[in-house]
Amino acid sequence: MSAVLNTFSISERAPLSLPRTARPLTVIVAGNPNAGKTSLFNSLTGLRQKVANYPGVTVESKSGNWFVSGNGPAIRLVDLPGLYSLDATSLDEKIASEILLDASATKADAIIVVADATNLVRNLYLATQLIETGRPIVLALTMVDLAERAKLKIDPAKLSDELGVPVVPIVAKQRRGLEQLGQAVLDVAGRGGRPSIDVKAARDSSARNRHSTLIQRYARIERIVSEAVETRTQDGPDISERIDRFVTHKFLGPVILLLVMLLVFQAIFSWASLPMTLIDHLFSGLGDVVRANLPPGVFTDLLTDGIIAGVGGVIAFLPQILLLFLFISLLEDSGYMARAAFLMDRLMRAVGLHGKAFVPLLSSFACAVPGIMGTRTIEHLKDRIATIMIAPFMSCSARLPVYTLIIAAFFSGKTVLGVVSLGAVIIMAMYLLGIAVAIVVASILKRTILNAPPPPFVMEMPPYRLPNFGNVAQALLTRSTVFLKRAGTVILAISILLWALMAFPRSSAPQSKTAEGAVQIENSFAGRAGRLIEPAIKPLGFDWKIGIGLISSFAARETIISTLSIVYNVGEGADNKSASLVDTLRNARRADGTPIWTPLTGVSLMIFFLLACQCMSTVAVVRRETNSWRWPLFMMGYMLVLAYVASLVTFQGGRLLGFA
Amino acid sequence: MTLDSIPNNVTARISSVDMRGAHGLRLMEMGLVPGAPVRIVKAAPLGDPIQICIHNYHLALRRTEASAIEVTINS
Repeated sequence: MSAVLNTFSISERAPLSLPRTARPLTVIVAGNPNAGKTSLFNSLTGLRQKVANYPGVTVESKSGNWFVSGNGPAIRLVDLPGLYSLDATSLDEKIASEILLDASATKADAIIVVADATNLVRNLYLATQLIETGRPIVLALTMVDLAERAKLKIDPAKLSDELGVPVVPIVAKQRRGLEQLGQAVLDVAGRGGRPSIDVKAARDSSARNRHSTLIQRYARIERIVSEAVETRTQDGPDISERIDRFVTHKFLGPVILLLVMLLVFQAIFSWASLPMTLIDHLFSGLGDVVRANLPPGVFTDLLTDGIIAGVGGVIAFLPQILLLFLFISLLEDSGYMARAAFLMDRLMRAVGLHGKAFVPLLSSFACAVPGIMGTRTIEHLKDRIATIMIAPFMSCSARLPVYTLIIAAFFSGKTVLGVVSLGAVIIMAMYLLGIAVAIVVASILKRTILNAPPPPFVMEMPPYRLPNFGNVAQALLTRSTVFLKRAGTVILAISILLWALMAFPRSSAPQSKTAEGAVQIENSFAGRAGRLIEPAIKPLGFDWKIGIGLISSFAARETIISTLSIVYNVGEGADNKSASLVDTLRNARRADGTPIWTPLTGVSLMIFFLLACQCMSTVAVVRRETNSWRWPLFMMGYMLVLAYVASLVTFQGGRLLGFA
Repeated sequence: MTLDSIPNNVTARISSVDMRGAHGLRLMEMGLVPGAPVRIVKAAPLGDPIQICIHNYHLALRRTEASAIEVTINS
């Protein structure tokens, strides 16, 4: 059997169709990152893709159906994370090589190894490693159009003879060669077969052995390529290198990066706000309609304040997520992301992070949820988790309403040095404090629980390419469905729980409309919890009403404003600019006549909001991205401790210094 | 001399890769094998990492990793 497998070539005859009774074939697509694997997978499966997590880890697997011939049975196609070699370094690679080597676990009938024709030597390394295992393999030669343009003449038949597997040149975008690929896959899968060499032994060989097999493998590849590929030596640097003269230029490079990030930032900060407001209005309008047409009661409240508001809160994230991932896909597909990481690596390394952490962290200034989802471009798990853990310290847009309320109440109209408004200085101080804390926390995490030998920064700088519209659309579709399904459900559940905490037990003392709300919330579980935690938060300058606000704002930070409006009896619908809430806060007095809210209380609250993880959506998305509750709970815990200590120091220190 | 110390845009040949470090294997898998011609394209604005051209493709690596690679410049 194995003898047959070792000697077959494309010319050998094989049954062209499979027995009708056979189970659906499973075919794995494997290949180097940037080799055109995703394009091929998308072209073969179209929009019918399923995304799942490998058990216990964050790595995603995509699968879809591939209809090779019009009426034939579908092949189940599995897309693996990109890998450079079977000796894995990152988690993505480890999973991929695990699946490729463990034939029994996946029951794959064939493997399509994708190899970039313009970068054949390195791409053939993984291919030859896989071919040596004796599994049924077809080599798909991608980007042959680009290779032609680069004056590379590749002889697929010769390559096939040398490698001992069928070689099919394809151009995924133009669907060139896909039928031949299908036929070749059916051919090798029809032959069946088992690994001809001991896979375990191949993996566990000693470092010395690996070293010499590696050198032999490359020597063989270079011989094969020199025979099968005719190269015309190029004159001067290629086009990507010429573009890089500007894009990674000493001075121009950082300027271009700044402009690109400004565009991304502008998009998620400001372009997203219009659709977000629309979604907000749509759902509050829907809530009003439901409330008007149903009898008042618990069920109606649950439907409007719990479910409809919760679903609206989830969907409101979509514009930001879609926009950020639109940019991330464009930046990745075009090859710019690697350049951004190249420019930023030195700075990011100073805090123990990878250059690729830069884009997700900057996006977190708009919202940590898409930012955290964006960390999946970072290959190494500990780097990725460290980035996720500090992303919420970037002052997001949901904190702004809280800052502006407090500035409007206590610092409005004041200036620093006569020109700069005190409010602007305070907001900037909040942003800077967030960054400073993030740097400190990242350095501590990287030296303690996330301590690992620094992963190699060995990053391919792929040639610049025009992004493929289909791939970008597919990525957006995948990310939004994954967010809605996995994180959205958790967010909805928590928002219903928070609603219940404020709606139960029911108070039956109907007075005026606004007073009713205040009485209800005071006597609710949340109100009682607010009183319960009052001794704990008193040293921070907060009373039980602020306590209720802290609890309710776990739904979303800006919720504290509507909660304070209710407990202070101002009336619902008050926003941060509402004069009545500002006045109420200024005039609120304790029983002894001393003001509850002082400027110092305000600063203490702002710092608490900056540092505490007051955001269930962040928690839900961290749970989804790390695939366990361990990290989100750790994040909530340490951020709460940090926020508490910082507010305590601020308030007590401020009092000692004579501020009120 | 090592890869991190050669001037830009000079083609050198890799003579050996230090396998004592954790990343030697990975560097070799990426094609940095003895005998292969290699060229430094440029350094990042802050001097590190560096961009190299090997087997006709581009790779970024930090200077610490590049120092594990011995090269000779054919004159």
